[in-house]
Amino acid sequence: MPGLEDILAGFILMSLTLYVLLGGADYGAGIWYLLARGPEAHAQRQLITTAIGPIWEANHVWLILVVTLLFSAFPLAYARVSTLLHIPLTLLLTGIVLRGSAFAFRSYDVQKSPLHRFWGTLFGLSSLITAMFLGIILGTVASSNLQNPHGGFVEVFVLTWIQPFPLAVGIWTITLFAFLASTYLIHETPFPALRRLFRRKALWSLAASVMMAILVLLLTKNYAPGIGQGLLQNSTGWVFLILTLLGMLGSTAGLWTNRFHLARASAIGYVTAIIWGWGFGQYPYLIKPDLTIYNTSAPPSTLELLLFVLVAGMIVVLPSLLCLFRVFKKIQV
Amino acid sequence: MIENLLAARLLMAISLGFHIIFAVAGMAMPFLMVIAEWRYIRTGREIFRELATRWAKGTAILFAIGAVSGTVLSFELGLLWPNFMAWAGPIIGLLFSLEGFAFFTEAIFLGIYLYGWNKIPPYLHLMSGVIVTVSGVLSAFFVVLANGWMNHPVGFQLLDGLPVQIAPLATFTNPIGLHETHHMILAAFVAIGFLVAGIHAFFLLRQPENPFHQEALRIALITGGLAALLQPLSGDLLARAVATFSPIKLAALEGHFHTTSGASFWIGGIPDVSTATISYGIEIPYGLSLLLHGDPMASVQGLMDFPRQNWPPLVVVHLAFQIMIASGFILMAMSVWGFWKIWRQKCLWKSRGFLRCLVGCAPLGLIAIESGWVVTEVGRQPWIIVGIMRTTDAVTPMPGLTVPLIFFTLLYLGLAGIVLWLLHRHLTVFPQTIELSGPPPRETHARS
Ligand code: HDD
Ligand code: HEM
Ligand code: HEM
Repeated sequence: MPGLEDILAGFILMSLTLYVLLGGADYGAGIWYLLARGPEAHAQRQLITTAIGPIWEANHVWLILVVTLLFSAFPLAYARVSTLLHIPLTLLLTGIVLRGSAFAFRSYDVQKSPLHRFWGTLFGLSSLITAMFLGIILGTVASSNLQNPHGGFVEVFVLTWIQPFPLAVGIWTITLFAFLASTYLIHETPFPALRRLFRRKALWSLAASVMMAILVLLLTKNYAPGIGQGLLQNSTGWVFLILTLLGMLGSTAGLWTNRFHLARASAIGYVTAIIWGWGFGQYPYLIKPDLTIYNTSAPPSTLELLLFVLVAGMIVVLPSLLCLFRVFKKIQV
Repeated sequence: MIENLLAARLLMAISLGFHIIFAVAGMAMPFLMVIAEWRYIRTGREIFRELATRWAKGTAILFAIGAVSGTVLSFELGLLWPNFMAWAGPIIGLLFSLEGFAFFTEAIFLGIYLYGWNKIPPYLHLMSGVIVTVSGVLSAFFVVLANGWMNHPVGFQLLDGLPVQIAPLATFTNPIGLHETHHMILAAFVAIGFLVAGIHAFFLLRQPENPFHQEALRIALITGGLAALLQPLSGDLLARAVATFSPIKLAALEGHFHTTSGASFWIGGIPDVSTATISYGIEIPYGLSLLLHGDPMASVQGLMDFPRQNWPPLVVVHLAFQIMIASGFILMAMSVWGFWKIWRQKCLWKSRGFLRCLVGCAPLGLIAIESGWVVTEVGRQPWIIVGIMRTTDAVTPMPGLTVPLIFFTLLYLGLAGIVLWLLHRHLTVFPQTIELSGPPPRETHARS
């Protein structure tokens, strides 16, 4: 029987997954906005902004849920992370602020405005940076570098996250977000030219993400041994590795043969398997080697109420979200 | 270089002071839009639809900035005050989680509202506007309850400085928190109502016949006016709660040094710590006792009863309190004037003097909100959780907080400038009289 701590940790991981699958794809779309070139550039940008316009704010709330759940359910772990990762978290926030505002300004500003291009570029750039720092932060948490580092400012607040493993996870995150976005965007347009374009982008970003996946896996050996062992020396770990592999293969096959529903479903599976693989890889630790979900958790009275709120909240939010996507995401062809 | 604690406090204050402006817009603007749209559905007059869509456009940008600045806040609680969050998370985390779900519903239905004009039936569209308003108010309710808990912590027992027997639900029956919530929610409607009314009054001074601005003014002023009539009442309830549960704070905001019966109320004035008196103010004898206890001879505790190291900064708190009250009474007077005009003259826009006053009062609600929060937050010092944890003990060990302080200040200044500029351009292209007085109102297709 899983305890309350396990269930809440599961909820947090689920929110994080949804944030990556939905919000992450919005970042990916921003990256493609930045990279749009050639005769179709304008059409691509148009597609991207209409696709994320109505939904990005709602998608973003998953992150807020992750944060609030973390400090309600596991306050000690939250305090440690937000102290030691002050700098990358601040940079992440900067990215979030710039990206949201630039997108709003872009949509709001008159088309002819001289600043229109600037807002677009800022939106794209900050999407890229935010994705990178999100990856770096998750990578640092995974890397067991956060156990009371000592030394001066640089050792404590900088060298924990400027490390090969977190940086590789940062780049990996960029490729994954870009990949997710392109597989979704194929569904958003009826125009064959754009669909071809995003199919190509999806294949390239998939290839890049697979390469980064291999690099990250290799780096675990020296830089994040905990996760590496969790994944490779335990049968559940292997299940997730195999699921990740299946997701990669399914995405490749779907894109290659123009079965875009298969491609999208596999892309979702691929990314989900990575996140849950990470989760199981370090279970029950939040921060290795000392903070677990058991020794940092709030008392049961809080956890019970939280669980109740979560269930009630989901009963309200999930149908509403469905509504939102039904109104704006009429899947074409 | 400023000291780290000071930098953290300033950063928190700037982030909150920035967020609150967009947050109140996110609460009250959807309400105005819903009223306009409802009038459109009832009367079929295009002008109301035009009003709703234009207000919606402005709201979209405010909401986006509100969402990102709010995200900054939810991280900053941990980034700046990790010890506070570690201590308080199990108790008030529940409120923030509820708030999270309120944001969720708000963001979802705002998306539907803003982008779904032609995609869903009118009544569903109106409904989503209603849901946005309700969830906006709910999110304010939850977050202000969390703040109320910091002012009057409940729902736990202390054991060796740590909370045990935690009962998070007690935050819902916390008197300070509850009184703060109605005061804050009213404040949002006051501030936005008068801001919008002031803007449209400004345009009516130039184009007195423009029905677009006439209707806008009516909706905004009635909304803001009703709330402004209730606001001093709600403020009085809050002040009584503060007097009961944190008498030192009340004494600080009144500049009341010596415990006496028949305490005076001071209008204006600067509290002087060295002499323990207030100078340059207007004294209203027995005022304070009367206001707080309904009895001119009631006794009111003064600052001298409390150890000096627990006093909040007196001058700031007292002045901010005076600014809020003055704004509150001016706005209440404006509301009375406005309702009298509606009642007797059936018209709000004939008198240029009234319109000019409305323009002058446009920022007062926001000013009152900012100063009211200074009263609450600075008045809570030196505590972050009153009686439990001092702000000094809550701050992060991360050095060099001046850097994010400067950075976020510049960032927010930049954002504020851009928002103002965009809104200004949006405002100057309002529909002209000629466009709108074209076809007669189509009463027929309404209420199908
Ligand atoms: C439109 C805005 C507005 C207006 C007109 C008023 N207030 Fe206010 N006031 C606020 C907006 C506000 C606020 C910004 O919303 C605060 C900060 C915290 C809170 O809950 O509300 C607040 C706080 C606040 C506090 C401090 C509570 C605490 O420290 O916990 C008191 C005692 C009052 N108010 C009393 C009044 C009175 C007697 C008013 C009479 C006119 C008044 N307010 C008008
Ligand atoms: C949005 C309206 C608000 C404004 C304008 C505001 C304003 C301020 C100000 C001026 C300070 C600095 C006080 C000082 O150090 O002298 C402050 C501190 C703080 N506020 Fe608020 N506040 C608001 C709402 C809230 C709410 C709802 C919460 C919590 C739930 C909160 C939590 C805090 C915390 C944790 C600090 C830092 C600790 C401290 O200085 O005591 N604030 N706020
Ligand atoms: C009295 C104080 C506050 C009020 C009345 C308030 C109200 C609101 C409202 C109505 C929104 C909706 C978005 C918008 O209107 O732009 C919002 C957004 C937000 N607020 Fe605040 N807020 C307050 C203080 C805080 C504090 C202290 C925090 C952090 C702990 C916070 C966190 C957030 C977050 C995360 C969002 C974004 C939600 C989204 O993505 O849609 N707020 N706030």
